[in-house]
Amino acid sequence: MTTSSKPDITPQSASLKAKGPSTDLLKQWLRDMLLIREFEVRTMQAYQNKKIGGFCHVYIGQEAVAVGCTAALEPNDPVVTAYRDHGHALARGMDPKYGMAEMFGRIGGCAKGKGGSMHFFDKEHHMYGGHGIVGAQTPLGAGLAFATKYEDEIINGGVSNRVTLSFLGDGALNQGSFHEAQNLAGVLDLPVIFVCENNGYSMGTAISRGTTMGHDITSKAAGYGFDSAVIEGMDVIEVYEGMKAVVDKCRETSRPAFVDMRTYRFKGHSMSDPRKYRTKEEEQQYAQDDPIDKLANELMNNRGLSRDEYDVMAKEVKKQIREATKWAEASPIPDIEELYRDVYVEKFGPYSGTSLPAMLED
Amino acid sequence: MPQRTMVEALNLALDQSMANDENVCVMGEDIAINGGVFRVTKGLLEKYGSNRVMDTPLAECGIIGTAVGMAIYGLKPVAEIQFSGFTMQAFDQIEQNMARYRSRSRDRYPISMVMRTPYGGGIRAVEHHSESRESYWAHTPGLKVVIPSGPRNARALLKASIDDPDPVVFYEPKAVYRAFREDVPDEPETMEIGKAQVVREGADLTIIAYGAMMRPVLEATDDLVELHGMDIEVIDLLSIKPMDTQTLVESVTKTGRCVIVHEGPRTCGIAAEIIARLNEDAFEHLIAPIKRLTGYDIHFPFFQVEQHYLPDADSIIEAVKETMAFDA
Ligand SMILES: Cc1ncc(C[n+]2csc(CCOP(=O)(O)OP(=O)(O)O)c2C)c(N)n1
Ligand SMILES: [Mg+2]
Repeated sequence: MTTSSKPDITPQSASLKAKGPSTDLLKQWLRDMLLIREFEVRTMQAYQNKKIGGFCHVYIGQEAVAVGCTAALEPNDPVVTAYRDHGHALARGMDPKYGMAEMFGRIGGCAKGKGGSMHFFDKEHHMYGGHGIVGAQTPLGAGLAFATKYEDEIINGGVSNRVTLSFLGDGALNQGSFHEAQNLAGVLDLPVIFVCENNGYSMGTAISRGTTMGHDITSKAAGYGFDSAVIEGMDVIEVYEGMKAVVDKCRETSRPAFVDMRTYRFKGHSMSDPRKYRTKEEEQQYAQDDPIDKLANELMNNRGLSRDEYDVMAKEVKKQIREATKWAEASPIPDIEELYRDVYVEKFGPYSGTSLPAMLED
Repeated sequence: MPQRTMVEALNLALDQSMANDENVCVMGEDIAINGGVFRVTKGLLEKYGSNRVMDTPLAECGIIGTAVGMAIYGLKPVAEIQFSGFTMQAFDQIEQNMARYRSRSRDRYPISMVMRTPYGGGIRAVEHHSESRESYWAHTPGLKVVIPSGPRNARALLKASIDDPDPVVFYEPKAVYRAFREDVPDEPETMEIGKAQVVREGADLTIIAYGAMMRPVLEATDDLVELHGMDIEVIDLLSIKPMDTQTLVESVTKTGRCVIVHEGPRTCGIAAEIIARLNEDAFEHLIAPIKRLTGYDIHFPFFQVEQHYLPDADSIIEAVKETMAFDA
């Protein structure tokens, strides 16, 4: 499929085709992807203005993965991911104001402003968080799948009917925890899908330099006896359709699966990355493959979306993120006593002697 | 004498050790082509080639385990773990193999290797990118634990660690990496591991610290001496294990008062160990209870409050004043 980097302006209503997901659904996905993109653009600006601390890894380029995968799930299917997590939380339905407040380190944030970029949690939307330690979230995916299956089958006496998505980067393929998780999921027959967002790089290391069989990572899953799929992650329709098949089968059979989701991060690994490990040409080539432009083109060329409608949508999204940012900035910085909260079940933990928080003595 | 940052000084130590001994190899995530996240290994690939300067896969347990294998055969690997928080992935290999090989093989396979890793707060990072867990390693028999505080001792101690016949955990205070420059000579320089340094002599009170905490300690000391007329002795521990008990005891025997500063959590922190030793060997000379100023017993907090978590000159001055004012 060829795409231009800018959406085509003239809708070709003559060639409207009604195959695949409905036009309304596609418009919703376009909006979701635009929202993630705008969130990330504002995040980068705020980071450069030193309003955000910690590390910051943006999802620009990979939006179709979170949006398409989420669309293939039921709302109560658990999701767990690594540190490049903004897109998953937003796609899952988290209000961006909670995300932005988290980025700004404000108490209104999704982790009370105490975690930041890598810690997007949203219980309401069954989002079990971002994780800063590469690979460490993958066994959690197996555990979540065990728990839903246990609840469905043992506690409720029914059949297992939920699926867990356990996202990981290609770099995480090299971690022991990932392999242990796969083996466990296979042995215990767990309804978990390991979705590898294969953007080709782990920081500055190209997958071919850091991972054996990097050209065919489904071979890893084959070793554990899983079904796997290779999905074109720059096209949200392909992500949805590919994932829908994998998710439905996993739900039905309660067997784990693995997905090689081919994608690309348009920006650096984090905010300070000169990207010397890849060529400008490669970046330009992928820029042509922008998932947002691709869907916008599809909608304009084949589904009757007008340029005006697109502009209105983009404007609404900008406004929503602007308001989220305002809300975040108005949210207070956590009190100092928040340092001690949420470490243990007791409000300030089971401390004694001079380990007792000084703020409690005042 | 050339002025160098700690990053440059560490790079110099690696460079000279590699030039001198072809058994020395460096390895880690993105350390070759990119020169490491903090650029400590910059330029080594070009000089020594990819057999001795290795980009590894993202797999800390594998990195340390492989380094152990290389070391027990006789090479001298210097493995970088990108942030000390990620050494936890390698805990198994550090605790079970790196620390125990000499003992387990009954000295048939001694193990000389270094695990370098940046630790500590002060760079607006998050939990697993800011913590100080030196206590874990100090608690592990078989390991040495070295923590420099400035460019010059960093260079000398890294050389000493590479030359050391036992495995060394080399904790680099990342807040100091580029914080200041210091005279660091071109000629190779080394220091004895296990020796603390009396940085300033004084008669009234001893402050003991190490790593990134040395800067606020010295800042506080200037104030205490100049504005409050106190005669403070300052000790830079440099080596957590072996610990230079003698220098600590001699100092506190003289001053009778002591404040210990570290950024790692309080419970079972290094201060607790120092207090125990001083209790054993300097008890009768104490004029006041020994005070410890440490990180709290919490996960390292997010950037807006990290300055509250970390001991600073103000809190050190406060702790010293309280100790000086103690009246039994
Ligand atoms: C255990 C561990 N080791 C190293 C790191 C440092 N680190 C953070 S992200 C990253 C690269 C991960 O790449 P990948 O899994 O492909 O995810 P992507 O950044 O492409 O989304 C590395 C090495 C870490 N966070 N955790
Ligand atoms: Mg990647």
